[in-house]
Amino acid sequence: MSQTIAEKILSEHAGRNLIAGDIAVVDVDIVLAQDGTGPLAVSQMKKMGFEKMANPGGSIFFIDHAAPSPRKELSDTHRILRDFARTSGAVLSDINQGVCHQIIAEQYACPGNVIIGADSHTCTAGALGAFATGMGSTDIAVGFSLAKTWMMVPETIKVSFNGKMGSGVFAKDLIIYLIGKISAEGATYRSLEFYGEASSSLEMEDRFTISNMTVEAGAKTGLFPTDPKTKKYLKKQGREDCYREVTADSQARYEKLIDIDCSILEPMVSKPHSVDNTTPVSGIGKVRVDQVLIGTCTNGRIQDLAIAAGILKNRKVATGTRLLIVPASKDVYLEAIKKGIIEIFINSGAAVINPGCGPCVGVHQGALAAGEVCLSTQNRNFKGRMGNPEAFIYLSSPATAAWSAVKGFISDPREVLV
Amino acid sequence: MLSGILRGRAFKFGDNISTDLIAPGRYFHLRSDLPELAKHILEDADPEFAAIVRPGDFIIGGRNFGLGSSREHAPAIIKIAGVGAVLAKSFARIFYRNGINIGLPVLVCDTEKIDKGDELEIDMRKGTVRNFTKNNMVNFNPLPEVMIKILSEGGLVEHIIKNKGFNL
Repeated sequence: MSQTIAEKILSEHAGRNLIAGDIAVVDVDIVLAQDGTGPLAVSQMKKMGFEKMANPGGSIFFIDHAAPSPRKELSDTHRILRDFARTSGAVLSDINQGVCHQIIAEQYACPGNVIIGADSHTCTAGALGAFATGMGSTDIAVGFSLAKTWMMVPETIKVSFNGKMGSGVFAKDLIIYLIGKISAEGATYRSLEFYGEASSSLEMEDRFTISNMTVEAGAKTGLFPTDPKTKKYLKKQGREDCYREVTADSQARYEKLIDIDCSILEPMVSKPHSVDNTTPVSGIGKVRVDQVLIGTCTNGRIQDLAIAAGILKNRKVATGTRLLIVPASKDVYLEAIKKGIIEIFINSGAAVINPGCGPCVGVHQGALAAGEVCLSTQNRNFKGRMGNPEAFIYLSSPATAAWSAVKGFISDPREVLV
Repeated sequence: MLSGILRGRAFKFGDNISTDLIAPGRYFHLRSDLPELAKHILEDADPEFAAIVRPGDFIIGGRNFGLGSSREHAPAIIKIAGVGAVLAKSFARIFYRNGINIGLPVLVCDTEKIDKGDELEIDMRKGTVRNFTKNNMVNFNPLPEVMIKILSEGGLVEHIIKNKGFNL
């Protein structure tokens, strides 16, 4: 039987052969929740009478969304997670660690895993060939308690990123372009698999950006087949032993094929208030920016920060524009310090925030004023996302964001990246 | 099987109603106090909704209702507000699953001809939505067996307690 990657991984975890459309109870390898969703998962576990994690080493609470706590109500919920992690056996990733999806990528996810998380961007780990998907707190409470969940096996859309990307065009531009092409519900309930010359050439850091945003097209997960780059990344993280080959069968059945010629793509932007409201930067006109954010689980990795620093070196953030930098994890932060990247940011006039979700969820660290415009490397620009329904959020790559911070309005990074 | 007749008024919303609109991030600190969070339900989409919604009323969406964050607090406060069901042309995956898990009927049907204030009657067993104001009727898509089972047992927590694990 020929299978897609989703069909293969879910079959292994159900102990029987599954095809798209089947519904099955499957074993899960990693279950996670964060400070916004974890407390409700804890109360649902208690309601079911469970006090212990079924798989303690693979059960993790992250305090990353409001870290450190900006107010007393959140301090109380953080304490719930710290206390329950201790008594239930779960791992606690506290305020000093960084965003859950980055930590899962660095320290936990292995090819072929099933990973469920009470955070919609859990799909980030799909870049490592793990079937990773977001769910709500109740599903996650059951996952913690039983190390199982129920799944409908998704149909798969095969996306081929063909050709070579031009200068100034990055993984973020590819995924924004794809979402604009298929819409915010173009992949609802579907698994995406990524192939093609441009896809193979992408580093793992780029692949995380793409998998991270597959949920913005409605997808259940976004999978890259494993290759030498997957292996190299795991080796760098000291986890080479968990590498295994995860690919689709050559005769696997796809619901749809999407081919994209990356050689003609330009730097892209999502405009307010939806991710699929896309345009090439070249056609956006003059849009002044009050705030620029570089970081988050979408684009807060060392390669992203290095690209931004390359543009900001010996330059200043425009007068009237604020630049915020949020490394995705403490390891990224430390590496950026060692490489002199943080110094470049500070000298350019940026404010560097501790690793975490930062202002992306609208809780703290950079909420917008009414009428303000923010250009961010995050994954979502819904109305109200950054704390104010009367603000306007645009999304782009770190290169576009960095150059726009220098210019003071949304600008094409090809002006500086020749 | 699911049974029951639900009656109420329609509150109409557009396409792509995100969980940020249903349960805004700026009220993150109220997630531990759902009745308080429910006072802000959908306020960025319709500032009056929270004040005038009555138990039994229906939320009517367009395409891709509930997209975005996995926050279960979004369907939870819809339920706390007393809403009997959410009807939409299509739902985002996580919101849909959360709705079923907490026992909130989330029904896929053609909502084009339903307007704000229409009086509706939903027959959960027959799968119909009768519009008394417009004097017409539409069918909603039947739910998969697994979801009917979870919904009819009152939600996933109740299913797990009753069956001492999964029994789907």
